[in-house]
Amino acid sequence: MNNYAKQRTLLLIFIGVALVYVSRLFYIQIVDTSYVFYAQNNVLQEQTIYPARGLIYDRNGELLVYNDAIYDLSVIPEQVKNLDTLSFCKVLNIDKEEFINTWARLKRQKGYSPWKPIVFQRQITIPTYAAFQEKLFDFQGFFVEVRTDRKYKHNNAAHVMGYIGEVTDRDIEKSNGYYRMGDFIGISGVERTYEKELGGIKGTRYVLVDSKNRTQGRYKNGEFDTAAIAGKNINLSIDQNLQALGEALLMNKTGSVVAIEPKTGEVLALISSPTYDPNLLVGRERGNKYMELLKDPSKPLFNRPISAPYPPGSIFKVIMSLMGQQEQVLNQNTTYGCHRGYLFVGCHAHGSPLALRGAIAVSCNAYFCQVYRSLINNPKYKYVEDAYNQFYKHAYSFGMGHALGIDLYGEGPGVLKKAEYFDKLYGRHHWQALTTISMGIGQGELGITPLQMANATAAVANRGYYITPHIVKRINNHANPNPEYNTKHWTTIDTSYFPIVIEGMQDVIEHGTAYIAKIPGIEICGKTGTAQNPHGKDHSIFFAFAPKNNPKIAIAVVIENSGFGATWAAPIASLMMEQYLTGKHDTRKDLLERMLKGNLTHRNDSTTTKTK
Amino acid sequence: MTVQQPKPSRIDWITLLLYYIFVIGGLLCIYASVYKETNPNIWDGSMNYGKQLVWIGISSFIGLMILLIDEKFFYAFAYPIYGITILLLILVLVAGTTVKGSSSWIELGGFRIQPAEFAKFGTALALARFLSGYNVNFEKDRKIQLLSGGIIILPMLIILLQNETGSTLVFTSFILVLYREGLPGWILFVGFMLAVLAVMALLMPPIYIIIGLAVLAVIFLLLVRRTAQLIWLTFGVVILAGAMVSSIDYVFENVMQAHQRTRINVLLGKEVDIKGAGYNVQQSKIAIGSGGVWGKGFLQGTQNKFRFVPEQSTDFIFCTIGEEYGFAGSLVFIVLYMILLYRLLMMAERQRQKFNRIYGYSVVCILFFHFVINVGMTLGLMPVIGIPLPFISYGGSALLSFTVLLFIFIRLDANRVNELRGAYD
Repeated sequence: MNNYAKQRTLLLIFIGVALVYVSRLFYIQIVDTSYVFYAQNNVLQEQTIYPARGLIYDRNGELLVYNDAIYDLSVIPEQVKNLDTLSFCKVLNIDKEEFINTWARLKRQKGYSPWKPIVFQRQITIPTYAAFQEKLFDFQGFFVEVRTDRKYKHNNAAHVMGYIGEVTDRDIEKSNGYYRMGDFIGISGVERTYEKELGGIKGTRYVLVDSKNRTQGRYKNGEFDTAAIAGKNINLSIDQNLQALGEALLMNKTGSVVAIEPKTGEVLALISSPTYDPNLLVGRERGNKYMELLKDPSKPLFNRPISAPYPPGSIFKVIMSLMGQQEQVLNQNTTYGCHRGYLFVGCHAHGSPLALRGAIAVSCNAYFCQVYRSLINNPKYKYVEDAYNQFYKHAYSFGMGHALGIDLYGEGPGVLKKAEYFDKLYGRHHWQALTTISMGIGQGELGITPLQMANATAAVANRGYYITPHIVKRINNHANPNPEYNTKHWTTIDTSYFPIVIEGMQDVIEHGTAYIAKIPGIEICGKTGTAQNPHGKDHSIFFAFAPKNNPKIAIAVVIENSGFGATWAAPIASLMMEQYLTGKHDTRKDLLERMLKGNLTHRNDSTTTKTK
Repeated sequence: MTVQQPKPSRIDWITLLLYYIFVIGGLLCIYASVYKETNPNIWDGSMNYGKQLVWIGISSFIGLMILLIDEKFFYAFAYPIYGITILLLILVLVAGTTVKGSSSWIELGGFRIQPAEFAKFGTALALARFLSGYNVNFEKDRKIQLLSGGIIILPMLIILLQNETGSTLVFTSFILVLYREGLPGWILFVGFMLAVLAVMALLMPPIYIIIGLAVLAVIFLLLVRRTAQLIWLTFGVVILAGAMVSSIDYVFENVMQAHQRTRINVLLGKEVDIKGAGYNVQQSKIAIGSGGVWGKGFLQGTQNKFRFVPEQSTDFIFCTIGEEYGFAGSLVFIVLYMILLYRLLMMAERQRQKFNRIYGYSVVCILFFHFVINVGMTLGLMPVIGIPLPFISYGGSALLSFTVLLFIFIRLDANRVNELRGAYD
């Protein structure tokens, strides 16, 4: 092929392309008239169809959260023409200054664009909505969007369910533009963790609107429309009756309750007190109410059961008994004497000497200081650090010292130090059992959240394993798909070491420190704790499970600054277990009455500073 | 022989005239695309045409400078210019600013420039210089062919790293230049067939295409005189084509990015995406389609008023032509553009210096490629690839680089007569 021919070839390619383009232009500009129709005096409006947010039920199918319609006034700034500002302000009941300020605020918003709909005023009242609908044709560019907000059937479980609110700039950025300014998103609790499931998927409808803002019809017969997909319904593992009773019992007290079904890891009740009415955080006033709650010195927004670490106190002796056996420094016949204490750790009056089962029943401090000493000074290990790391490993395997992975935001890890911490504090090999002896009785460098306490109880109840606690039982009637919530996490303690400890825990109820928690006909195993703390009076702590064989419920109760474990925590746990296992809680009227009426808010001046 | 400055009469006035028709016409379109009757101050973008006017001034000045430079400068400095543009491209990778997902911009005292634009004439100069060297035989020498490919592919790779797929693809237009310089025609044909196969593979299951190819091969072999060599060759072609067709899905799903997949699926009609790529194209088609025969007139485009076509002043500027000037206006534009390309082709062919000719062909092919992709995209015939319409689209870097690209060639062409005289005096 010569050069001339090549030049001709190129020219032919050019002309060929030009001819194709010209014929295409001829077709869409002259032959096909539909484009003229779409363009002529018509403008395309993109309307968002909001899906219904998923409903939330309790484990028995009782409805907890549902939706309520609200009306948002939106505007496409580009389409606003000849607006009669005065009558507009009158309908909306605002003054001219507010009108101007709102415009200025909208324009400053990130992602503002004059041809995209933007919310002018949120959640207008129904009378305003009606008045506005009548005059809609006068206000070109404005329209009303119907959305839904949350309503709560019961005033319970605020910390579990969380709340929804408007998206932030960061949410919008992270969602790649899925969320639009003014959309709702789950901000805490289950609403946040399960935003994807509850939120559904927004749909879009394209309609043709004429220059008078009147809808002329669907664009291309709805070819480009997408239907909204409703959010999935969720069943919590919470038992509404148990939750409500627990919240009533904790009224005017500061503390937490966590109840778990040991076999499944399902959380039956999660109570944080003081709490708030979830219906406060809906509607137009959400922002103000939130600020009020935030400023409340009693910290009602603080989710204690999953984030506040407490010294476990004597309930830790249960874990100590198991560790001691596993490390072969303790067996059921090991006997230690107690002469009202061990070195500087005091103890109360009880029979002496005692073997393991009895020591658990009476919660002997001296006994467990001896156990801790023999654990840490175990001759099997060359260095104290290695022995201590065994202690760490066992405690960790019960779920201490790390977030368990519950499906709620803000879970805390608690406090469980590694050997390096003490090395830094005292120098390598320069510390031993006596340096940290208070950990043997659950004090010192130990912090456990009520969730971790309940989880450890569940592990004991299961004789050696736990399933990660979780709040959501079913999504759209299918089991929670997270594999973590279906996996047995085995502790490092051999199953054969559990029975003797469980016997001791039963003794605690039958004739030990928590006799008050006894329910006739139900075999309960538990342990009281009285945790010294720097914030004032001791915390009253109790954990238990029941029935002894085939446990149905494991529970941990912490009542801050209220004294002995048996005074408040044990009776409250007992009443709640009775409710869950028998469906009744009023067989012991005096006890119930006393617990319901107990007001601990004035007893300790330092209540306001008790939590960090 | 002393070097004479070219007299004005030797400058190709037709090309210069066409250049100014496009630039001024483009300015009017940019004005129309950001024009606003009410509250003009809502739109700070209404400054676009003002900025473009400044850029036209700057471009004219630099164009004049180029016309005054000795033409040997471009030959002598072809490699340094290429080197500088490559360095700038690398600099962008290190210290670039990201605009709309592509990190191809450099901030220079308030101005943003896009070195990828300048790499086009840098590469054209280097390629022309390389192929016009002594004893260089592109047709026969395999080493020369590889090195020419390297000159083109190096900037492509760097620009691809900047996530600028559009600008990268522009460099494929050099294949037409190589065709003129001796690349066998069948490579173009094979390339074209591969593209057809690739599109088909995306539209239907590969197995059908392979069966179809096999059937075609059998028919072919039945019709011709069968030699063992020919049978093996046909067999090999079918196998290779089959392998390519089968692997295309994998490349499509795993190598391409999500937005690129969407754009292609939208173009092939497999996916409807009215918000993203599909939205732009749909709106662009409505704007152009509603123009009718004579258009709605200057500043009368309704689609434009409601800002339905995104990026209208840059990548979708052709919508303004189609909507406001209709079929007639679009036809005039296309004819004028073809005249420019034809003119440049003639000019390239009449050069006596190989360097000038190769450079001229590069200019033609780059301008042609931009036209094909940009106009095709607004008509829904090409995937949405964000490259500007030369001389028309808003954008300083683009206008300046197209101006430099074109004016260097005008300058080289202006010396044609001097060369003639030098040779025979």
